[in-house]
Amino acid sequence: MEKYAPKVKDLASRDVTSRAMYLEMRDGLGIGGKRYLYLDMRPETVNKYAIADGRKRPDGTPYRVTGEELLNKLPDIVDFARTYLGVDPVSQPMPVQPTAHYAMGGIPTNKFGEVVIDEQNTVLPGLYSAGEVACVSVHGANRLGTNSLLDLIVFGKYAGLRAAEFANGAAFQALPPDAADFARQQLEDIRSSDGEEKAYTIGNEMKSVMFDQVGVFRTETGMQQALEKVRELKERIKHVRRPDSTKVFNTELLNIWELGNLLELAEVTTVSAISRLESRGAHAREDYPKRDDQEWLKHTLARTEDGKIRLAYKPVTITKYQPKERVY
Amino acid sequence: MQITLKIFRYNPEKDKKPHFDRYKVEADPHDRVLDVLEYIKGNNDGTLSFRRSCAHGICGSDAMRINGHNRLACKVLVKDLHSSRIVVEPIMGLPVVKDLIVDMEPFFKHFRSVMPFLVNDEPTPRQERLQSPEARERFDDTTKCILCACCTTSCPSFWGSDEYVGPAAIVAAHRFIFDDRDRAGGERLRILNNQFGVYRCHTIFNCTEACPREIQVTKAIGEVKRAIATGRLD
Repeated sequence: MEKYAPKVKDLASRDVTSRAMYLEMRDGLGIGGKRYLYLDMRPETVNKYAIADGRKRPDGTPYRVTGEELLNKLPDIVDFARTYLGVDPVSQPMPVQPTAHYAMGGIPTNKFGEVVIDEQNTVLPGLYSAGEVACVSVHGANRLGTNSLLDLIVFGKYAGLRAAEFANGAAFQALPPDAADFARQQLEDIRSSDGEEKAYTIGNEMKSVMFDQVGVFRTETGMQQALEKVRELKERIKHVRRPDSTKVFNTELLNIWELGNLLELAEVTTVSAISRLESRGAHAREDYPKRDDQEWLKHTLARTEDGKIRLAYKPVTITKYQPKERVY
Repeated sequence: MQITLKIFRYNPEKDKKPHFDRYKVEADPHDRVLDVLEYIKGNNDGTLSFRRSCAHGICGSDAMRINGHNRLACKVLVKDLHSSRIVVEPIMGLPVVKDLIVDMEPFFKHFRSVMPFLVNDEPTPRQERLQSPEARERFDDTTKCILCACCTTSCPSFWGSDEYVGPAAIVAAHRFIFDDRDRAGGERLRILNNQFGVYRCHTIFNCTEACPREIQVTKAIGEVKRAIATGRLD
């Protein structure tokens, strides 16, 4: 990692690390030429670099780790490696590769968790959103380590408080009789489908093209391919094999409906990413490698009109911290 | 490798009683049992129903009985079963809703009964309530629970009576009883001090064997029993 983040090395943010890994693997430098690398957290390796860097703990003592500490501090990672790979990270390096980790965009909200619907941040009364599904824009174009806790603990709390306040003061409103029609029709379309397409295959094709073309690095050509593919899949899912017809716990129906929604999101993600002619945070374009604050210091808003995605933008509110180049 | 799965099936809208279906599939030895179930659902039989969510042992939704042991399907690799024949059944002691899906409500009812949340009505301090690493260590093991129900539904006492609060609920109680910031330990001990509380545990250890998070469940139950007997939390 010295090559990519000379100062903080392996502690660089995830997007930087993912790009470094991707480039190494693309140059054929993966383990055995394959598409994975080793993450070496064996105590002897960690300590070797700690000695070389003269790393100290906050109390001034030299920084050294033991196998036991690794087990205590990273129990889940150790367990994953043991369970899925039969690798013991205390005595062996772990095979790793970058993967999708978090959805940074989402339903736009203000800082109270109230959903906003346009460039002027107009609140849609009574609708609240928090967590990974929401976009209060804590993260901008990058979700740094532990930031998702902020989404949950701080904005989850505010969304809850506001929702309770709203519910307390709002009168009960009768729903229009056709309120469920849209969703009911979606499910009915799936139930009465007569094709031979498998949702399992469509899902895998979506994952694969999104991973390859709208993943760690992006280009116009690759993303156009992805967009065509996603639109093809949106057509194909209309001809999905007729699912389980039962009413009780019908997970097949649910999976197909969910996949349709995922395809919508894949399209929104790709269209937004193609339009953004710069690199920012985790959005890394090989054809536009620089960040361009002049043109692109703004949030993308996407909405569908007549089945087509329309993009709009709203300004970024900058308060205490001025944006600057990230250097690791 | 080719493997055969024998899977418990029950469709409440069609079946009078449950039966088993057999599926022969090609699997990679490193596939998880969950991958194989997904493959069957996606290609052979879309009606096969099971719960799943995160698929890596964190969310706790895919607990099932795999070759007679309660496991998370996402944490068992085909190769680790050392057999090309795999029997998959729903976890026992809870009503089957459909195929491998059980009604978790009785389980969560017991969980809720032990007040599984931090209780402290003292005035909120200006800063966070600090806890020493030693005090945190006291209940560290029981914080790992993911509510998958592997333990409770492996317990013969629970099979015998679903009024038994069950190991998972006692683990949840333990997590707060031994938390020095909490103030409702005594109340939780009273809740568990009855014939359907901790005394239904006969230290059979199935729960400890079943726990995918390697929680020392029987030990935690023992500590709660001791706290009730001695009235002390050390």
